[in-house]
Amino acid sequence: MEHDERFGPARSVTLPGPLALDGGQSLSPVTIAYETYGRLNADGGNAILICHALTGDHHVASTHPRTGKPGWWTRMVGEGKPIDPARHFIICSNVIGSCMGSSGPATAAADGSPYAMRFPVITVRDMVRAQAMLMDHLGVRTLTAVGGSMGGMQVLEWAATYPERVKSAVIIASAARHSAQNIAFHEVGRQAIMADPKWRGGDYYEANDPPAAGLSVARMAAHITYLSEAGLTEKFGRRLQARDAKGFGFDADFQVESYLRHQGISFTDRFDANSYLYITRAMDYFDLAEEHGGRLADAFRGSKTRFCLVSFDTDWLYPTRESRGIVHALNAAGAAASFVELSSPFGHDAFLLDVPELFRVVDGFLKAGGL
Amino acid sequence: MSETLRPDLAIIADNVAPGSRVLDVGCGDGALMAALRDRAAADARGIEIDAANVASAVGRGLSVVQGDADEDLADYPSDAFDYAILSQTLQTTRAPDKVLDELLRIGRKAFVSFPNFAYWRVRASLMWGGRMPVTRTLPVAWYATPNIHHLTIDDFRAFLKERDIVTEGAWFLNGDRLTSAAAANFRAEHAVFLIRRG
Repeated sequence: MEHDERFGPARSVTLPGPLALDGGQSLSPVTIAYETYGRLNADGGNAILICHALTGDHHVASTHPRTGKPGWWTRMVGEGKPIDPARHFIICSNVIGSCMGSSGPATAAADGSPYAMRFPVITVRDMVRAQAMLMDHLGVRTLTAVGGSMGGMQVLEWAATYPERVKSAVIIASAARHSAQNIAFHEVGRQAIMADPKWRGGDYYEANDPPAAGLSVARMAAHITYLSEAGLTEKFGRRLQARDAKGFGFDADFQVESYLRHQGISFTDRFDANSYLYITRAMDYFDLAEEHGGRLADAFRGSKTRFCLVSFDTDWLYPTRESRGIVHALNAAGAAASFVELSSPFGHDAFLLDVPELFRVVDGFLKAGGL
Repeated sequence: MSETLRPDLAIIADNVAPGSRVLDVGCGDGALMAALRDRAAADARGIEIDAANVASAVGRGLSVVQGDADEDLADYPSDAFDYAILSQTLQTTRAPDKVLDELLRIGRKAFVSFPNFAYWRVRASLMWGGRMPVTRTLPVAWYATPNIHHLTIDDFRAFLKERDIVTEGAWFLNGDRLTSAAAANFRAEHAVFLIRRG
């Protein structure tokens, strides 16, 4: 396995496809950027697929090439962590539609120009189908899927679409459909991008002058939804930013303003506005029950997969009732399910942060599944 | 796993047929479920209201969902389990009669254990002390107790008779010792019933 080019950090593969998409179009070829850690057991039983969130990528436990920051889930993945390359074969792939190496709007189409808005609209199920193609390429037959937020949606979709391939599923701070409020916040972000004159109908790649202002506002609005009011109050309160008195102007007087502006601007260095449109659309279209005749339980009928769901009490983006709804469907379907609502002040972002109970639950759940 | 089970749980563990599908409602940290899994190769699922208990149970590899007996039984299909278990929880539910209905719908059989409010020490506390009892099985003062629907062994027997529910087994405990069915309503601190639909 040492010399197998398929395995290791910062990999990429271009598969011929075609990948048939839910929207009726197809994608061909399909490039997928991914990383693997650890080694696949002889029986292939130790594969863990990690599914990333909206603006995540495949650098789950390796340094991000653009920001130089550590991987986005080093608290969960790494030596001595619940998901450990010493024991597990870990795969994390960049979703299609993204801008971090997998096929997306910035990718060159057949005519050599970037797809831009010619890229087909994709769904969470399309992302998962692309991941399944990657698993075939890597020789992974069955796996355990783990993800938070949009990653959790992919895990649910994996379990519903490929039930015989998913042994265990860990779904953290997620939902089986996007609520009206979720869609509403995403629409604010998309409109901010499209209202930026630099967006130019999505054709900004050649001029290399992207709609950074619009994308930045989109990120600022979204970032608020990842935090809790209590968390914001504790972190910033009404404190002023590097000044003793209000400026009576529209600079970032308040620390929270300065923080959000920083979040927005730094995001534009690492993310593509068109990808943001496509991936938020995929999330808005996500409704697992709708794909199964309107009954969520039917998505899991006869499933042998073990499920573990975790929600956080201050997460108002994907609140506990969303997880509970999934648990009720799993119980109705007779599936093996575990669920716990953990307490954290960090809101939706808690799934990425230091919540020891989360690691204990995931560790115990994986070990009980023989991992 | 060699942890010592609470006496009522030990009785239940000893009387579940190997390989059964079991739902433990109010499973705590999963001690009974772990015993059933390890000793009887049971497919055990649990419901527990307390998040820390759920985290412990899931951390030891058990399938436990955070929920409560009054709210979260309706989604389970009928006859989904060989046994539904409700240990020391009946008296804490808002609608014990409905919870028992659900238990017997979901499970072909049900184990129910509860503290007996007609135990002689309880009677004595009320009669001679004029105070709400604080005993081994009712250890908490009146204002802090989770027990909102106290019952006695005879109350439970009458309830079963009213509803044509069949008793397959009954065990009566004084501390960790079994005591006879005769005068159990007076002598037993708590009871374990194995019941099924009539």
